[in-house]
Amino acid sequence: MEKDKNNYDILIIGAGVVGGLIARSLSFYDASICMVDKHIDAAMGASGANSGIVHGGYDAKPGSLKAKFNILGTAMMEETCRLLGVPYKNTGSFVLAFGPDDEKELDRLYRNGIAGGIEGLEIIDGDIAREMEPALNPTVTKALHSKTAGVVSPYKLNISSVENAVINGVEFRRETTVTGIVRNEDGFVVDTDRGMIKTRVIINCAGIYADEIAQMAGDGFFSLTPRKGEYLLMDRSEGGLVERVIFQPPSDKGKGVLVMSTVDGNLLIGPDANIAESKDDHSTHASSLDYVYKTALKSCSGIRLDKVITSFAGLRATPDTGDFIIGESEKVPGFYNVAGIESPGLSSAPAIAEHVAGEISCILGGLKIKPDFVQGIETHEYFRDMTVDEKKVAIDENPSHGKIVCRCENVTEAEVLESIRRPAGARTVDGVKRRTRAGMGRCQGGFCLPTVIEILSRELGLPKEEILKGDRGSNILTGRNRG
Amino acid sequence: MIEKRSIIIIGAGPAGLAAAVKARKSGVDDVLLIERDNQLGGILKQCIHNGFGLHVFKEELTGPEFALRYIRKVHELGIDYKLDTMVISIDKNRNITTVGPEDGLRIYNADAIILAMGCRERPRGALRIPGTNPSGIFSAGTAQRFVNIEGMKPGKTAVILGSGDIGLIMARRMTLEGMKVKAVCEIMPHPGGLTRNIVQCLDDYDIPLKLSHTVTQIHGRKRLEGVTIAEVDESFKPKKGTEKYIKCDTLLLSVGLIPENELSEEAGVLIDPLTKGAVVNQNLETSVEGIYACGNVLHVHDLVDYVALEAERAAKSAVRRIKGKSKKKSKRLMVEAGKGIRYTVPQIIDKTDKDEKIKIYFRSSSILKSARVNAVCKDKIVYSKKFRRLVPAEMEYINIPAEDMKGRNIRIEAVAK
Repeated sequence: MEKDKNNYDILIIGAGVVGGLIARSLSFYDASICMVDKHIDAAMGASGANSGIVHGGYDAKPGSLKAKFNILGTAMMEETCRLLGVPYKNTGSFVLAFGPDDEKELDRLYRNGIAGGIEGLEIIDGDIAREMEPALNPTVTKALHSKTAGVVSPYKLNISSVENAVINGVEFRRETTVTGIVRNEDGFVVDTDRGMIKTRVIINCAGIYADEIAQMAGDGFFSLTPRKGEYLLMDRSEGGLVERVIFQPPSDKGKGVLVMSTVDGNLLIGPDANIAESKDDHSTHASSLDYVYKTALKSCSGIRLDKVITSFAGLRATPDTGDFIIGESEKVPGFYNVAGIESPGLSSAPAIAEHVAGEISCILGGLKIKPDFVQGIETHEYFRDMTVDEKKVAIDENPSHGKIVCRCENVTEAEVLESIRRPAGARTVDGVKRRTRAGMGRCQGGFCLPTVIEILSRELGLPKEEILKGDRGSNILTGRNRG
Repeated sequence: MIEKRSIIIIGAGPAGLAAAVKARKSGVDDVLLIERDNQLGGILKQCIHNGFGLHVFKEELTGPEFALRYIRKVHELGIDYKLDTMVISIDKNRNITTVGPEDGLRIYNADAIILAMGCRERPRGALRIPGTNPSGIFSAGTAQRFVNIEGMKPGKTAVILGSGDIGLIMARRMTLEGMKVKAVCEIMPHPGGLTRNIVQCLDDYDIPLKLSHTVTQIHGRKRLEGVTIAEVDESFKPKKGTEKYIKCDTLLLSVGLIPENELSEEAGVLIDPLTKGAVVNQNLETSVEGIYACGNVLHVHDLVDYVALEAERAAKSAVRRIKGKSKKKSKRLMVEAGKGIRYTVPQIIDKTDKDEKIKIYFRSSSILKSARVNAVCKDKIVYSKKFRRLVPAEMEYINIPAEDMKGRNIRIEAVAK
């Protein structure tokens, strides 16, 4: 019997880092899987705009899903990143205290961490902290040092997991918005703006929209509030300011404004936390950016505003339940929620994925592992990170490595081409940027934008005016000059 | 294997071209010019408007024509050049690593290096303009490349932030292509570009120039839908109640140029925080011996003619070094940008000949009508020159006889009469 191309065992809604890693874990099993996302690419929601931190796991309430998956996920992160060729660094983190009240908070966090079984925690004196991180201000009195914390490229983890899933046979449908879900005897009939999809189970990884998807399925028992965090990103010349992730004591609003060097070497400060106007409100505000800068200065006074290369906002999906929502709906069998994955969601994602894959296998009556799956993808080192000899070899093997497209980040034409040609590859300028870093440097694409558009146009067989920055409607050029 | 050259010039824009021609004409046989683009000429290729060459050629040329004059000489003189070749590192021993699709990775060593990499535009992020992140926001030079090289329009209706020359030129250019330019906003109380460009590019096309105005918010989720502009106070903070929404699908940023000195810094070249270019002496030599700088990588110029003239001076110094005629370094004198002066080039004066005149380029920090520019040594004015008008947008220079300085540090000041 020919397989119905719109009939699957598993439908994953949302190709963020959670959906992507779940798709990857499930792709090891013998099942037909479809993953849809309303955006034109993976990593276009919260997974594309966050701090990129692997948390130590000391601040979640022991016994909560956040605590459980954070500890497990952080432990899995290095190996997951190795398999997927994702930049990861085990940097460690500090939570700073600026006086007796904060020190009490540090003690609480420390005890909370110990109770949760966290390893590698210690409270150190301000002087020791400054010895380890010379940029810290003299006002720092103590610091909670977590040795297991680190930094990761969130969108690379996301994109690589989707690619791994696609290589193992998962169908990734971009620009597909779910509009309705109907339960029937065999499973579900899901309406989308690109036709109907039948599936036995649904995994709801729709990020900030997961409450709306759950409602469509008939079990809207939770709601999500978009909490916006704004960030300032600085030049790579500033990345050496701190080695570890530097937090301030957490408040009811979250983990507060941090100072860190991203895995790519830029200095990042932020976020604040404010309720967003809507679920697609990614705007930044002068008052927020001001607050972020001034608050970050409390940790390190050496942060230079003149080195800012861009600012951005990310939305956290804050659930009204107070914890991650992970599990099969009690009302709608076969509908599985992975929702409200706010911080420490990124840290938790690898563990959530493994857990969910196991549960889905059970729901489907026990899936068999495929004989031929791969659990990683082949990646190359960035050209810019190669040694002189490696660069020489790379260009000799592929002369288009000799053409530098992005001069700030030294991204080669070969790298841009590969980012488009890989499975689940880039379709847009932002897609190329997230995969290669072209346009992420200090000139923010001023020089490489025309070249990237030209390459996309050639590779996708589209005229230049149809090349998009991000989602449909974000055309960069509007037409040809007067004839 | 390291290839040896006498002079290597990095960048084949106006500065690099002029330096190469001068060096070759001065008798240096093995000059190498390295360019990352697939053609010689640099940014001039996309500057199809006229107004170039009045000082050097005594006639009005377009950018490509100006470049062609030098490119022809490069060919006539048989100067060696590499296209599609990017320098990825320079060190203090003047080793240069390049990559290119044909040559692969190569390492050169030069007796003298002339830095002529030009500058880049300040992006939106550096201004921290809040709002959304849609398509339709371009730096003016990028938009210029789309229109003039690719023949593509960046949008339909535009607002331009910043009245730098490229922004002004683009206001006219986009209007000629049928786009509607609704306003040019300038945060300063005076224009950033040359007066002739204000007249010929804005006034002639009835494009409003809004001084002391900035963009305070960017709107639109996918493509730009509009911007909020507002008047600013003396400290450049937006004034409440002056906000105005302008519907547009394109925002051009002409908010300043930054010399591209990442490579220079890697080689240990000291950078002046005021110019964002190298600290140089009167021979345009940087803090690293044998490395010279000229053109927009040294400080941002308003006229390409001055770029070419400066490049020739850098080449002359490099040639002197190769021929073993450069003088031993002795006591360094400092040139300080004093009251009313934004910066000076050079910033340092090394040992001089008795009859040498020191040419000091500068920009004023504000508009001054009928001003005096003084060179002050130990509170004594040793040199003074009258200027009818000083504008930050227009670079000026003074020529101080070296002997007037009597071996002392000097401070350059501008005072209104």
